[in-house]
Amino acid sequence: MSVATNEVEKKEAKLYKGAERTRAKRVYTPAVDIIEKNEDIFLIADMPGVDNDSVEVTLEKDTLTIYGRVEPEIPKGLRLTESEYGVGDYQRTFSLSDEIDREGIEASVKNGVLRLTLPKAEAVKTRRIPVKAEA
Amino acid sequence: MLWTEFNNNTFVDPWGDFERLNRMLSRVSSQNNCEFPAVNLWVDSDLSVVTTEIPGIDSDDIEISVIEKSLTLSGTRKADELKDKEAFHRRERWHGKFSKTIELPFKVETSKVNATFKKGILNITLPRAEQEKPRKIDIKLD
Repeated sequence: MSVATNEVEKKEAKLYKGAERTRAKRVYTPAVDIIEKNEDIFLIADMPGVDNDSVEVTLEKDTLTIYGRVEPEIPKGLRLTESEYGVGDYQRTFSLSDEIDREGIEASVKNGVLRLTLPKAEAVKTRRIPVKAEA
Repeated sequence: MLWTEFNNNTFVDPWGDFERLNRMLSRVSSQNNCEFPAVNLWVDSDLSVVTTEIPGIDSDDIEISVIEKSLTLSGTRKADELKDKEAFHRRERWHGKFSKTIELPFKVETSKVNATFKKGILNITLPRAEQEKPRKIDIKLD
């Protein structure tokens, strides 16, 4: 566990080696929490500036990608004199294992936070295996 | 990398090395680390706008106070609580209590401060105090 500090920093998303972006926008890696529950895996990502319409969750084979588009709001006629954070899109990719029920993935965005529910497939839900005592 | 740089100099300038070291250190310390929440400040001659990213918090949980030139943002970002048999696989999101004060370039008309909270972004408009606004002075002719 890291030491609890107030320090935050937005990290730019990594690109595949040799690849370039086609748009001038910056892309950041959202901070995520992943919680494993009994029935499902719950993923929470901070994506300020993103709402239900501007988030894309795609699943291709084993790769789950979340992408959030952000329209920067620039106050008209004002100068930016102090900047602690940059504005840009968000992207992050996860590799899923077979234990996820792909059909049942649910996503919602509220107050700039994406919440993804990844239900576990029937076969891997916790099963109690009775241990027989030897006579 | 550093050593080859050092060795290539046949004539060693000790101050040059110090300067190089200083540049390297300032590059490390000037990284964008800042206290939560990160703030951008936009300024005009009679208006300033503060934007900040506080995702996952309700607008009722943010407290904004303005005294003369300083703006204070405070609140709590709650962590998701774990129930029995739940475990964190990854925990990167910041949570806890925050309080941050920003110094503005001028005194603010506190009654006219306006704040909106949308998609996790807080936007505060702070107009400059009337008595502080720059006044145009006419030059009298004799």
